[in-house]
Amino acid sequence: MRFRTIPAVAAGSALLLLTGCGAADMTKQASPFANARGARTVTLSVQSWVGAQANVAVAQYLLEHELGYRVDTVQVDEVPAWDALSQGRVDAILEDWGHPDQEQRYVEDKKTIVAGGDLGVTGHIGWFVPTYFAKEHPDVTDWKNLNKYADEFRTPESGGRGQLLDGSPSYVTNDKALVKNLKLDYRVVFAGSEAAQITQIQQFAKEKKPFLTYWYTPQWLSEQVPMTEVKLPPYEEGCDAEPDEVACAYPHTPLQKYLNADFARSGGEAAELLRNFRWTTEDQNEVSLMIAEQKLSPQEAAERWVDSHRSVWEKWLP
Amino acid sequence: MATLTAATPNTAPPGVLRRPAVRKLAALAVVAAVLVPLAAGRWGSGAWPDALTVDLSGPLGRASDWIVDNRDSHPLFLHFLGHVSNVVVIAVRAVYLALLAVGWAGVTAVAALTAWRVAGVRQALGTAAAFLACGLLGMWVPTMQTLALMVVAVAVSVLVGALLGLAAGLSDRTHRGLRPVLDTMQVLPAFAYLLPVVLVFGIGVPAAVLATVVYAAPPMARLTALGLRGADKEVLEAVESLGTTARQRLLTARIPLARKELLLGLNQTIMMALSMAVIASVIGAGGLGDRVYQALASVDVGAALAAGIPIVLLAVVLDRVTGAAGARLGDAPAPNARVLGAYALAGAGVVAVAGRFAGRLEWPESWVVGLAEPVNRAVDWMTAHLYSGVPVVGGTADWAGRFTTWVLDPLRDGLQWLPWWGVLLIVAALAWLIGTWRTTLTAVLAMAAIGVLGVWQPSLDTLSQVLAAVAVTLVIGFAAGVATARSDRVEQLLRPVLDVFQTMPQFVYLIPVVALFGVGRAPAVAAAVVYALPAVVRITAQGLRQVDPAALESARSLGATGAQQLRQVQLPLARPALLLAVNQGVVLVLAVVIIGGLVGGGALGYDVVFGLAQGDLATGLVAGAAIVCLGLMLDRVTQPTERRAKKGA
Repeated sequence: MRFRTIPAVAAGSALLLLTGCGAADMTKQASPFANARGARTVTLSVQSWVGAQANVAVAQYLLEHELGYRVDTVQVDEVPAWDALSQGRVDAILEDWGHPDQEQRYVEDKKTIVAGGDLGVTGHIGWFVPTYFAKEHPDVTDWKNLNKYADEFRTPESGGRGQLLDGSPSYVTNDKALVKNLKLDYRVVFAGSEAAQITQIQQFAKEKKPFLTYWYTPQWLSEQVPMTEVKLPPYEEGCDAEPDEVACAYPHTPLQKYLNADFARSGGEAAELLRNFRWTTEDQNEVSLMIAEQKLSPQEAAERWVDSHRSVWEKWLP
Repeated sequence: MATLTAATPNTAPPGVLRRPAVRKLAALAVVAAVLVPLAAGRWGSGAWPDALTVDLSGPLGRASDWIVDNRDSHPLFLHFLGHVSNVVVIAVRAVYLALLAVGWAGVTAVAALTAWRVAGVRQALGTAAAFLACGLLGMWVPTMQTLALMVVAVAVSVLVGALLGLAAGLSDRTHRGLRPVLDTMQVLPAFAYLLPVVLVFGIGVPAAVLATVVYAAPPMARLTALGLRGADKEVLEAVESLGTTARQRLLTARIPLARKELLLGLNQTIMMALSMAVIASVIGAGGLGDRVYQALASVDVGAALAAGIPIVLLAVVLDRVTGAAGARLGDAPAPNARVLGAYALAGAGVVAVAGRFAGRLEWPESWVVGLAEPVNRAVDWMTAHLYSGVPVVGGTADWAGRFTTWVLDPLRDGLQWLPWWGVLLIVAALAWLIGTWRTTLTAVLAMAAIGVLGVWQPSLDTLSQVLAAVAVTLVIGFAAGVATARSDRVEQLLRPVLDVFQTMPQFVYLIPVVALFGVGRAPAVAAAVVYALPAVVRITAQGLRQVDPAALESARSLGATGAQQLRQVQLPLARPALLLAVNQGVVLVLAVVIIGGLVGGGALGYDVVFGLAQGDLATGLVAGAAIVCLGLMLDRVTQPTERRAKKGA
């Protein structure tokens, strides 16, 4: 009996020790690896797609080499990244594809996140078939004819129907509703990660096999495996308001940057550079391709781009 | 002769062995005959009836909103969780800064010295080589980040585990109460509970450390309790007769007597913490795991491998060093160990200081060996040549397609076609045949809970993948296990391969399996097989080797051939070990099938990944809970009753 008091006392005193020193703000915690050896540190969140890596790599290179910061990067999915941004675990998201719920909660209501302006790149999600297949069968590029080709797109995973390959669970998608509402003889197969999706697309392309996939631009893979978009019923404002009723294409989204509110106020030169950061789709693709296809490390790719595009980034410097 | 007859079930009278099983089945049939018509009449007999489900999405959604809205203001967060989080950050930071301050030469020297003191010269050389390799791969800083995280997580796990184990070792009531909790914690796939931790602590190191502690503390607790309970009664009585108090007995007799178990607990905790350190990269833990994960995003297997190898090296070094330390416990120290130790300590200090003054704290960049490119070329070649169109046998994609169509589809459709009460009956029958009525009850309740959570169909989909993967694992695993047990050479060849399979983070081979098998359930099964194989091979081989030599000898003297010896003596006698191998195979496969959600496995695994990616507590947590129930059910159904006694190891 006596010994059971030991853990209790230990737990109690630990609790006392913890609570004794006042309130601990959960929003004021950086990574333990930040600011090692007294450097000024910025923490950027990286999402899994290579475009996001390209933004971060260039921002990181400039922050480190032009402004003398140390940059930490953290790989996080989109929605948790918003959460992390609001808590100050990361200082900025450089490429957001539109998260109205999160914007409402953090930017409008809690004011822990502020908008950082356009990235300069416009994103678009859609359904794509490989161009080699679209050339042979030009009518496949209209959704009305998709059912005719369902057999061609069939795989063991899609059962008796055609396969619509979807990617990471973190991406914005209405595909299940679209397939149902457009009465398509297809089944959405979730690759579960962009890496798996890309690998599968590359394998299909190597054999010149037909496939139908959820995809987005700008994306480096489109340079390697040319893809043609399938026309869906046109997008109109608000046609995707009801998740179960969607029967229209995806919008074109000017990609946005977001900064942690505290960082935006007191982040000095780093915050200013990130606010000024604005480049084109071609610029981003150039860096993405170096990372993804030539297998350069993001740092090397960024260095090469920075060396050859001085006029673009000089405007960003504070 | 007598040994042989007793050991061979074929020649034993059939009734003796079969009767308890028949009796159990008969009892179950009676219960079923009464309950099934009632249940089927009331709720129908297709998939799990809607009337018996509870929709948790509303309350879970509200809970998640509440946490997000109150995280910055509620006293629970401000005065408790916030401090927990701060303490973790400060501790990890302190260790990390210390490691950086000592520099690469110093860290390597200190690690080698420690290994030498506790485990001998060979381990010391291995340790130094491993650390240098981490530097050569260009992974020094991430390795130090992972190490800092590990040091804190292992320290907390050992503390928590030892306290729990102490309580369980000293009080029978606590022991009984704690056992099912620890059982459950061990069959939990780690991926499933990242989400709630992230929601409370946000992404980053605190969440990663706490998730690691939940995962890694149970073996410590279990082995501490085992050690304290297993202490030699006579020694304890002798100590008691000296008039010692309970506290003195604990400190001077029971704990020292249990130190082998304590060290084994430490070893297990380190291993589990390391495997979790990688999974935790999904929630922003940083370090090596993050490098693996980021490399995966750009489909760069070579880079992922470069970050995965240091993890394997750390795991192997820590395993061997703590293992060797355990084996040396109780040996008399070498005559002039103290002097040598002092010299070595001084040497390490000199190295560290020299490194500091030479301004060589960071690993020199020119010493980095590029591994990524050749590896990527090899992977490209492999996938280009094996994917399809291989003459005669067909490409890997064709195999995957056939496996999906001929094995996975019928299995899934069959399970989903079974009426819900039929599934429960099968579970009950299997669990009862192999275990006790208690394990049966747990298994049936766990399966029913899945239905109540409203994820019956996806759970059966996941179950079909698990069953298929376990079947493949067992076929290959038993074959390899038999080969290993019969030939030392095979064992030597296989051992490093198994080590790598077991400790390489699963994320590294997700891309190669997709490149070989395409997106879908087949690559998920392949990844699970790779991960679960080492445990099955090891347990099988060990079980076969431990078969009583006298039984084998007598079989040989009767002129039995090698195959006969194996079939009629070794395999029947090693039955408990084989059952344990099945059990471990099932639990490990389930842990990876979740990650299969990342390569198109779908079902529960995808839901967990989705929940984590979208911060959707309702989807993620329900799927996670279903996985836990599935794990619990599978564990109980395959749990041989004898295991209870030796589960600690």
